Amino acid sequence: MRDEQLLEAIERYLSGEMHPDERKAFEQLRTENAEVDQRVNEHQQFISLLKQYGERVELENRLNAIHSEIDVHSLTEEVTERPGWIIQMWRDHHSKISVAASIAIFAILGTLYVTGSLSNKSHYEELIRKVNQMQYVQSHSGKVSTHPSSTPASLPATDRYRATGFALTSNGFIATNYHVIDKADSVYVQNVAGKSYKAKVIYSDPNSDVAILKITDTAFRGLGSIPYTFKKSESDLAESVFTYGYPQDAPHYDDGRITSQSGLNGDSIDYQISVPINPGNSGGPLLDSHGNVVGIVKARQTQLEGVHFASKSTYLLAAIDSLSADSAIKKPVLNTKNTLSGLTRPQQIKKLQNYVFLVKVYAKN
Amino acid sequence: MNKEYKTSAPTDSEIVFGILNNSESAIKRLYVAYFPMVLQLIINNNGTPDDAKDIYQEAIIVLYNKIKKGDFELSSKLKTFLYSVCRRLWLKRLSQMNRYGGDLKDFQDFLPVEEEVEDQDERNIQFSKMQSALGMLGEPCRTIIEDFYIKNRSMQEICESFGYTNADNAKTQKYKCLQRLKKLFFQQK
Repeated sequence: MRDEQLLEAIERYLSGEMHPDERKAFEQLRTENAEVDQRVNEHQQFISLLKQYGERVELENRLNAIHSEIDVHSLTEEVTERPGWIIQMWRDHHSKISVAASIAIFAILGTLYVTGSLSNKSHYEELIRKVNQMQYVQSHSGKVSTHPSSTPASLPATDRYRATGFALTSNGFIATNYHVIDKADSVYVQNVAGKSYKAKVIYSDPNSDVAILKITDTAFRGLGSIPYTFKKSESDLAESVFTYGYPQDAPHYDDGRITSQSGLNGDSIDYQISVPINPGNSGGPLLDSHGNVVGIVKARQTQLEGVHFASKSTYLLAAIDSLSADSAIKKPVLNTKNTLSGLTRPQQIKKLQNYVFLVKVYAKN
Repeated sequence: MNKEYKTSAPTDSEIVFGILNNSESAIKRLYVAYFPMVLQLIINNNGTPDDAKDIYQEAIIVLYNKIKKGDFELSSKLKTFLYSVCRRLWLKRLSQMNRYGGDLKDFQDFLPVEEEVEDQDERNIQFSKMQSALGMLGEPCRTIIEDFYIKNRSMQEICESFGYTNADNAKTQKYKCLQRLKKLFFQQK
């Protein structure tokens, strides 16, 4: 019971209920007995905390009572910042909008994919011919293949491509397409007589799809003077044109007209032509009836009938011009005397055939 | 966008003296005057009206205690002080909930009030310990303790309301209750 009495004494002491004498005695006890002193302090702190807690609870109750009188709902309406109706709509419906948008995008992409509008490039076929494929087709159709004799047996592990090229000058500059020699490891050109010469790529431009080769073979003795000239301006729509090239191992002639002055998707580098061309025709000359080279045939649209493409001769001329910037190569001097004009088509072809080459490309896999 | 919420506010000195004189209406006027400002702050920073109520009451208590202690300097406006405390408390709350995006949309000027908020936190911890200790204490102890220490009722009154035959029994009971309360309080971490 001593503890209880002590507590009572502490409480009376703290509340100031003690008589002066008693108080003096208690203070005396406090100074003498550290334990009592500690109990006094501890009790004082605890009770003070208890009282503060009581006050806090009371204050909170008062605040809650005040709060309940405030119309929080209408105030909330008032102070909420109203974003624009678009943002509001987005906040309220963004999941639905997102789902709808995703479906729409998928639907559009799906439609485009199915209809093929997404992949223009895949219908744009560059007309370089892969030899292995042709052999397969030929043997499949029962014809005797003429290739094995003309392809070196020492290169079985390389891809062999065939395309066409044509002479720019009598000293062995040959024009073809960039995509023909794009992956080339080595390039040979073969004339109509079946004689092959080694050639070197000296210029290539992927944008206009033009490449220029130079025959480097020591066996090459030069050509006679070039019979055709190069057209410096654009040809007119509906102009009659023809090409001569090597879609097969034997040279092939075909003609048609310029059907558009711009190529795929309005590309101004190209003409569209109605000349039927096939893999292997790439790099061949496109000539008008007067014997002017107006372009280089290069590709076809696989989806549409009779849509073929040829690079305009102006881009070839630009390529030749840019060659002169490179001092290491002597600039080719183009022929300006046209000897094809006025001849009949078979006579023109006869003159032309010595200047159009089968381009053989060997590429590492 | 940052429109300031306008309201007819009582003057600061009215409120301070009102609170010092325990005026019920002073607190009410203070509370009503600045609640919309805080509501605006909380609502437009990812909070709900209930969050606003909690935060605002907390801030009012901070202010109240500061005034009662006599160290509120009238150099800073009550409005600014309340806004700053609410802002600080809300920032803390947001980061505790991991909802703080690093950017609080402000509507008022504010002061640094970290110290006040820390003090308040410390006290809140003590109070919540006290609350749970009282909760665990059970009846009649709780009522006896609350009546005697918080409501300052005399032992005589308590004796009568609990039907104790004499004051000594009541005192003994109160002593035991207080010992238990202390034990419960200090047991908590």
